[in-house]
Amino acid sequence: MKKSEISDPFEKARLEKGFGEMDDQNDPVVMALRHKDVRRCAHNWKTFQSGAEPGRIVIPSEVNIRDIRQIPFELDPPMHGDYRAVVEKWFKRPLEANYEAGLKCIIDGVVDEALAKSSVEAIEEFSLVLQSRALTLLFNVPFEESETWISWGTHVFRSKDSALDADKANILYDYIDNKIAESEKNPGQDFYSVLLASDVNGKKLTKEEIKGVLMLTFAGGRDTVINAVTNSIAYFAEHPKSLERLKNEPELINFAIEELIRYFSPLTQMGRVATEDTQVCEHAIKADSRISLNWASANRDATVFENPNEVVLDRKMNPHVAFGFGTHNCLGATHARQILKVLINTLIEKVKSIEIIDAKENIETLGEFKRKVGFDSINVKFN
Amino acid sequence: MAKITFITRDNESITVEGNSGNVMELAVQNKIKGIDGNCGGVCSCATCHVHVEPSDWAKTGAPNAMESDMLEFDEKVSDHSRLSCQMKVTEDLDGVVLKVAN
Ligand code: HEM
Ligand code: FES
Repeated sequence: MKKSEISDPFEKARLEKGFGEMDDQNDPVVMALRHKDVRRCAHNWKTFQSGAEPGRIVIPSEVNIRDIRQIPFELDPPMHGDYRAVVEKWFKRPLEANYEAGLKCIIDGVVDEALAKSSVEAIEEFSLVLQSRALTLLFNVPFEESETWISWGTHVFRSKDSALDADKANILYDYIDNKIAESEKNPGQDFYSVLLASDVNGKKLTKEEIKGVLMLTFAGGRDTVINAVTNSIAYFAEHPKSLERLKNEPELINFAIEELIRYFSPLTQMGRVATEDTQVCEHAIKADSRISLNWASANRDATVFENPNEVVLDRKMNPHVAFGFGTHNCLGATHARQILKVLINTLIEKVKSIEIIDAKENIETLGEFKRKVGFDSINVKFN
Repeated sequence: MAKITFITRDNESITVEGNSGNVMELAVQNKIKGIDGNCGGVCSCATCHVHVEPSDWAKTGAPNAMESDMLEFDEKVSDHSRLSCQMKVTEDLDGVVLKVAN
């Protein structure tokens, strides 16, 4: 088996019954596994809500480590839309020419650094660095801020031994408090200042709401981007012909990005809480219990995707749900897609080959299912 | 060459010309408000949703199966909804009027 391969642990359950089950801190989860069910449940926010107790729709649940509601993620319509509208334009900035130029500069930098070394551990030395530096563009803060974010390591939200770590979460809370206070004193053009100046239905955002947006922006875009970037490096290391093909047919790069995202599905699943007795794929769901929308499983559904377990670089029809579906579809998707686009172009330009020296897989245990989401560490050599 | 008219949500009417690619790409090139084309046309985002003028429905034709499945869950779906990334720009589309859904 190739190191870059990501298998699908949900296939049997998806075919046989359509749902999966797992416990999580005594708050069990029924996972929707089929593409159609995942989309249907994501669409049905009245029955499957996001606006539950803060932290509860996340798996593993974060109810014991935070009280702040993440915004707009843990809100339902119509309030969700009012808050989402506040940040929507900001999250489209990655399409601007100078943003893309900034990204190019950052990614040229990390690739040049990798080429200069005899080998790099891609998670810590490549992807975390790339992700953190790129995030300074989204926040519109000085490049140097990325040094602090990099120093937190990959486990600022999740620690290695316990999946959840309140002490580590506090580092981030304190940091955010400080940054909000600084921007209050000296308003600028950064994300903090923009949030401080925003209002919803004529009312300024509260501090708590601002923190909720910031927490989400830090957390939502970290592991997901790190995994997407690292898995792309592993994939191109083992499929040099694919990179060659994209070089010769650059018009395929957009298809390749969507296909890699589908195949990797960096966010496996996201929860919802049932507001009434209902069902998922004919399985009874009690009011106030949890379900999950299993994006990773839906993205391998053979009724929708031909050869679902293969990376088909030029897949033209690709209704994947890796960035979610409907109401809460990923706000950071534009940023993430631009990162992958610039990364692929930079690899084409600068890198002849990539060798994987050794790798340790990062496996999520979800009840009876074990899913690889990426790597704990992977040493590679850029040539 | 096909002339295609977009009517945005604030009722602006813009007519553009094209002869290749798909309608979403044509709209994005011309910065038509409300057509973002986030997924680049792979039928995964529905940010290219348009309502075809009923009288033009014969020219555009109905959505394909995957497109219909996508539209089924869109709040703004109508009897004449299409995802414009799934419509090729050809002579057949000359003169059609598309109302932008978002
Ligand atoms: C490849 C990278 C990424 C993947 C696969 C991904 C995946 C997702 C998914 C599946 C959702 C839907 C969650 C739900 O329905 O409950 C989501 C929502 C969200 N993502 Fe991402 N994400 C990525 C990158 C980012 C980045 C870089 C940011 C920001 C820096 C971000 C910010 C958000 C936010 C704010 C939401 C909530 C939107 C809402 O509730 O309206 N994501 N993401
Ligand atoms: S551009 Fe994404 S579905 Fe048409």
